Amino acid sequence: MFNDLTKAIKENIRDYGMYIALGFIMIIFTNLTNGLFMTPRVISDLIDMTGYIAVLSVGVTLVIVIRHIDLSIGYIAGFLGAVAAMLTSIVEMPVFLMIPLILVMGTLIGAFWTGTLVAGFKVPAFVATLAAMTIFRGLLIRVTNSATIFTANDQFNAIGNGYIPDIANVPGLHILTLIIGGLVVALFVFLEVKNRIKQISYRLHVSTLPIFIMKLVFVSSIIMFFLWKIASFKGLSWTAVIVAVVVAIYAFVTNNTTLGRHIYAVGGNPEAAELSGVSVKRITYIVFGSMGMLAGLSGILFTARLQSATPTAGMGFELDAIAGAFVGGTSASGGIGKVTGSIIGALVMASLTKGMDLMNVGVSYQYIIRGLVLVAAVVFDVYTRNMHAKQA
Amino acid sequence: MANILEMRNITKEFPGVKALDQVNFEVEEGEIHCLVGENGAGKSTLMKVLSGVYPYGTYSGDIVLNNEVQNFSRISDSEKKGVAIIYQELALIPDLSVYENIFLGHEIHKKGIINWHDTKAEAAKMLKKVKLEIHPASKIIDLGVGVQQLIEIAKALSKEVKLLILDEPTAALNESDSENLLELLKDLKKQGVTSIMISHKLKEVIAIADTVTVLRDGKTICSLKASQGEVNEKEIIKYMVGREINDIFPKRLEKNFGDVQLEVKNWSAFDRKLGRHVVKDANFNVRKGEIVGIAGLMGAGRTEFALSVFGNSKSYDISGEVLVDNQRVSLKKPKDAIDKGLAYVSEDRKGNGLILIQDIKQNITVANLSKLSNYMVIDKNEEIEIAEKYRESMNIKTPSIEQKVMNLSGGNQQKVALSKWLFVEPNVLILDEPTRGIDVGAKYEIYTIMNELVAKGLSIIMISSELPEVLGMSDRVYVMAEGRLTGELPIEEATQEKIMEMATV
Repeated sequence: MFNDLTKAIKENIRDYGMYIALGFIMIIFTNLTNGLFMTPRVISDLIDMTGYIAVLSVGVTLVIVIRHIDLSIGYIAGFLGAVAAMLTSIVEMPVFLMIPLILVMGTLIGAFWTGTLVAGFKVPAFVATLAAMTIFRGLLIRVTNSATIFTANDQFNAIGNGYIPDIANVPGLHILTLIIGGLVVALFVFLEVKNRIKQISYRLHVSTLPIFIMKLVFVSSIIMFFLWKIASFKGLSWTAVIVAVVVAIYAFVTNNTTLGRHIYAVGGNPEAAELSGVSVKRITYIVFGSMGMLAGLSGILFTARLQSATPTAGMGFELDAIAGAFVGGTSASGGIGKVTGSIIGALVMASLTKGMDLMNVGVSYQYIIRGLVLVAAVVFDVYTRNMHAKQA
Repeated sequence: MANILEMRNITKEFPGVKALDQVNFEVEEGEIHCLVGENGAGKSTLMKVLSGVYPYGTYSGDIVLNNEVQNFSRISDSEKKGVAIIYQELALIPDLSVYENIFLGHEIHKKGIINWHDTKAEAAKMLKKVKLEIHPASKIIDLGVGVQQLIEIAKALSKEVKLLILDEPTAALNESDSENLLELLKDLKKQGVTSIMISHKLKEVIAIADTVTVLRDGKTICSLKASQGEVNEKEIIKYMVGREINDIFPKRLEKNFGDVQLEVKNWSAFDRKLGRHVVKDANFNVRKGEIVGIAGLMGAGRTEFALSVFGNSKSYDISGEVLVDNQRVSLKKPKDAIDKGLAYVSEDRKGNGLILIQDIKQNITVANLSKLSNYMVIDKNEEIEIAEKYRESMNIKTPSIEQKVMNLSGGNQQKVALSKWLFVEPNVLILDEPTRGIDVGAKYEIYTIMNELVAKGLSIIMISSELPEVLGMSDRVYVMAEGRLTGELPIEEATQEKIMEMATV
């Protein structure tokens, strides 16, 4: 049993490395802050403050997978956030119209600016998006007129600060959140079991039954633990719901659709993909378009959270998002990377910030430590990859 | 003569595999020693142990060089003792000059400042030694593969090599360049350089070897001496595969040629990067049930011909007509060609053929995912079934279809590439060097598969630099030289001599 476990951990260390790291960091901070880190309020806040970075991480994961980079996403998010604020406060456009409009604008910016430059004119993405970064920084200052735009629309602000309604009235416990948690766990167990049965029927390699059950119990209890924490605060926030939906959609598309497979094919070997009938150009446009769309979403989440758009919004988002993707196991050389991993990566980085905030660590040290963690994650990634390559 | 090298009881293990198992290997001073064996037999691993790529301590056994036990912990250690290894993939920097490349890593310098005068003069001397008449200031990128291979040897000579190891030096060379290289090895032998050559081309081995050592499954099988008349093709193959192969090329029982499946008229392709035509006025056809060989020397434009027809129009300006089933078609991108029933199995499996970091099943299905998906959602059950089907029918040797393709041997990678293109159910299969760098057993399997496919009515276009293969498999042979189709021969009239004549016009 114990041997099985160490073997399973060794084989899957790459896949589970960041989950372990996240758990490790949380336990350490809980100890260092005398339990403050694990309080419902902090956990809830942690998830909400990760939201706008997490959606960027999801998008940039795919950009990195197809061997590009996007430095402009921070200021595009800032710019579109400001546009969203203006549309709701000044034009008084309804939120249900404003959101799709912003997402479309983001998609167009990503596809037509970055996509055209990178796929059409073969400009290195680093340069194309570096240019876009300063352009949108300028545009952001223009549209905000160097002043803060406050958003007075309650619906809009709820996206960043509100919580889903409850169906029952139990003091101190959000019932709908718990029910959703239960459903998520049920779905997880169902999919895992189904997948295992399928793998066994094709005689593929599977972990032993005790390990499998342990994994199910372990993951389910973690999900329920956090949802219980959240439920005993104010329940799931709209931000958390939006991020969860984005992750679910992207995880499905990347894992189960031809589009997803084509993206990984382009990242794994663009020449081979092209000769296999995959249009590298088309994929590049799509990936940058999706990146732009998520930048728009990130802008909405951030502006709603702050209830205002500022002339400096979006500064440094791109670096946090890219760091999240790398910490989450995305390969710097392309072709490998999961959106779920990047979400965990973003959570790791956010946990560090939150934990250090609680401990009153100076901001200078925070930057240094986060930089070191990023390097450690990539070193770990390269090291385990080489280890696997040598085995072959 | 004394032994310059003895490797005793070398065992090298990778997790789960014993790559070398108590291998003994002796090389006499001043001889040309060929190391042969199927892919995965351990040849390259053995040479990597010798040259210090796998450092002392990661293997067991002794390396005795010049009667001294050596513990190399890095490549530079073995270089200091006069061992130089030239890999299959050339390690020259394309944008640097010949002389810069020759002295790369061991520059002639004083306190870090390079003496370019001496460097150029020395480089010229080295080029003379390998009988190259090129300017030392030429850039590598402008030179052919054959010349590059000789520059690699010049580089080795500049390090005062005593034991030269060549890993499949002729794999990418045409016949005349290969001959050149072999002549040079004989020359170097006279000058006292001992060579170890890994090769799949048995004809060369027989022509040049003083001793042949056969490895199989990580074990030394035998050492054959040319001086005692032990070196011949049948013998070597027998030891390599452990069985006798009487037919190198499987016989086709019956040949039924149908209508013309693919026809190309007045085809020209202009390479924008090179600024010249790589294909000029080519007229070509292939019938159903026919294997058409395209022979020619390296750089004759065969791959470019195939790629330009296959819709790879990005790098070429094309003119001419392509007819599929007598219908004129416009193939603007590979997808168009695939939709019209064409498939192109690349000569460069690792470069543009396969996605090495993905597993077998993903590689097999990538060119035709729509076949197993509904509204873009992939049916993963079906994918597994399909991959399993090809694993069985193509005899892909792997513990699982979830194995990453980079972990497979050359022969198995080629089978995956073939599976991938068969899964698109093509009518015309273009095979570019289908057996390059793969072992005898796998070659035979691939030939058998080709025969089965044409029996079903497929048309096969086989581009090959190996004349025996062209003659053994084709029903008709086109010869290409300098971008033009210079000849067409029915198989009955085709001989090596005739083809070479047409290839060198």
